[in-house]
Amino acid sequence: MPRSLFEKIWDRHVVARRAGQVLLYVDRHIVHDGGFHARKDLAKRGLKVRRPQNTFGTPDHYVPTVSRNPADARAPEIRRMVEAYPASMKQLGIPHVLLGDERQGIVHIVGPELGITQPGMVLVCGDSHTSTHGALGALAFGMGQSENEHVLATQTLWQAPPKTLRIHVEGTRPAGVTAKDVILAVIAKIGAAGAVGHVIEYAGSTVRAMSVEERLTVCNMSIEAGARAGMVAPDDTTFQYLHGRPFAPKDFDAAVKFWKTLPSDADAVFDREISLSAATLEPMVTWGTSPENALPISSVVPGAPQRALDYMGLKEGVPLEGLPVDRVFIGSCTNSRIEDLRAAAKVARGRKVKVPAMVVPGSGLVKKQAEAEGLDKVFLEAGFEWRHAGCSMCVGMNGEIGRPQERIASTSNRNFEGRQGQGARTHLMSPAMAAAAAVHGFLVDVRKIS
Amino acid sequence: MAEKFTSFTAVAAPYDLVNVDTDQIIPARFLKAPREQGYAGFLFHDVRERPDFFLNHPVFGKAKILVANTNFGCGSSREGAPYAFHDAGFRSIIAPSFGDIFFNNCMKNGIVPVRLEESVCASLRKFLGENAGAEVTVDLTSQKVSAPIGEFAFSVPAFFREMLLEGVDEIGLTLSMLPSIEAFEKDYAASTPWLTPLS
Ligand code: SF4
Repeated sequence: MPRSLFEKIWDRHVVARRAGQVLLYVDRHIVHDGGFHARKDLAKRGLKVRRPQNTFGTPDHYVPTVSRNPADARAPEIRRMVEAYPASMKQLGIPHVLLGDERQGIVHIVGPELGITQPGMVLVCGDSHTSTHGALGALAFGMGQSENEHVLATQTLWQAPPKTLRIHVEGTRPAGVTAKDVILAVIAKIGAAGAVGHVIEYAGSTVRAMSVEERLTVCNMSIEAGARAGMVAPDDTTFQYLHGRPFAPKDFDAAVKFWKTLPSDADAVFDREISLSAATLEPMVTWGTSPENALPISSVVPGAPQRALDYMGLKEGVPLEGLPVDRVFIGSCTNSRIEDLRAAAKVARGRKVKVPAMVVPGSGLVKKQAEAEGLDKVFLEAGFEWRHAGCSMCVGMNGEIGRPQERIASTSNRNFEGRQGQGARTHLMSPAMAAAAAVHGFLVDVRKIS
Repeated sequence: MAEKFTSFTAVAAPYDLVNVDTDQIIPARFLKAPREQGYAGFLFHDVRERPDFFLNHPVFGKAKILVANTNFGCGSSREGAPYAFHDAGFRSIIAPSFGDIFFNNCMKNGIVPVRLEESVCASLRKFLGENAGAEVTVDLTSQKVSAPIGEFAFSVPAFFREMLLEGVDEIGLTLSMLPSIEAFEKDYAASTPWLTPLS
């Protein structure tokens, strides 16, 4: 019987079945500093981590990004979170990297970057954007603290079989249209609930032509359409990306031989299929408080929902282009990889920021690479802050937040009410668009900047 | 550590908003609080500043069942969201659809997420809005919601239903299956020799 990429991975990870649920084997489990409830509950029961060798830790949510010193945490309680993490990792015997290690960074940047994430794997993490890792042809999804504890204790997880949705994106992207714009257009089209209960496979010529980093951006935001996971079939682009990474298979050829069997069979059946043309896309920005509230930059603010307009301080009919911003954040697991920073630096080069703006690389390795390319100098000369790796203003758990009513151009993934600080107003966009907003002080169409 | 759930009757509050994300249910800054402290005070913490919010209503403020709208609990995987509902006394949320991770997280915290047709949820919300204080029963044994406007059948995954009805501990159950997991691992390792441990 023909099978999809998802089905091939799912089938080979089934340990047992019971009352409609499947006990799924977990290849890789990534743990961050926000997962302390799970680790505490595990300790309370006197349980151990069953497969520490399948588990990897890196702190990201609570870490300060001004320095690598926990003492620079914004508040004593945050500092306590930062300081508790290393002890927790050591005590549980989980392989990990810590603050100050160049390999530390956001879980979803670090996994692919170190080659921890590989095609055909089931990878989980106590974070909804775990969907990111699917870009390498893995089945990767987020979970809560109880499920996190379950994986630590058993290396498995009970899951209901999801439905499948294939999204074909076809055609050549016009100049200035990035992977971020593609995924924002997808979410705008199907809605924030459009893929609830589904695993998305992204297919089509546009996706095939994307770099792995671009695919990571696309898969990252699958959860913003409600999807359980997002995935892209592994191909030569994937194999080249993984080759030589620290945790890539030693017998790489054997792995590639297997990985080549993973793509969906030609006649595989999906519960739903959707198509989108990339050729007509424009740079996108969000105007409301759900990622589905995304429009091309040439649009005007629509008339509803009123609550979102009120929160965002916007009126119907106002052009998105020209909207003044108060702050710019370039970072997060959506857009803090080296290609993102290159795109932002290209716009920032030789210009000056008009509003406070910060660049937070996704990992120490991304930071190091950017500095080797001189991107840090470009940003610093343009007046951006150049930070250390962490989640930072994407969620503000480390205390780095916007002020009430502050309008923020952000490369992150969520524009929810209060996401970047109570009352803060988030507009999501690509790194180039965010950099353009920084050097103008208002939203601009990056295609107009040479 | 599943809490037993058979049937639950309480005042229900209507909440019309679609795509209510877990950042609204509990802002991220509260997630570092130890659970022992209780999460009730964090429930919809910032949304409560709106005077017309249901928790500020003299009657709906006492509700322990919520009738919500599409894609309730979308976004972040934070289990702080069901912690907050649980600690505030909520044991069931009724909606046309839920964020997948929130749905699972509810089950693990003794909260039954009930999916009912969009039109049924809309009628329920309308009725509750016009009859503040009306009670609703969520019965997991018969998988029925009873409200003054009718009875509505629902279904939750059989696996979780069993767990909740009997108060089965999920980790305990899985650990009792350890021999199957070990057997699986042996075969799996043989079929994927290139996989290397992370330590
Ligand atoms: S960068 Fe943002 S979305 Fe990504 S893991 Fe960190 S907090 Fe979550």
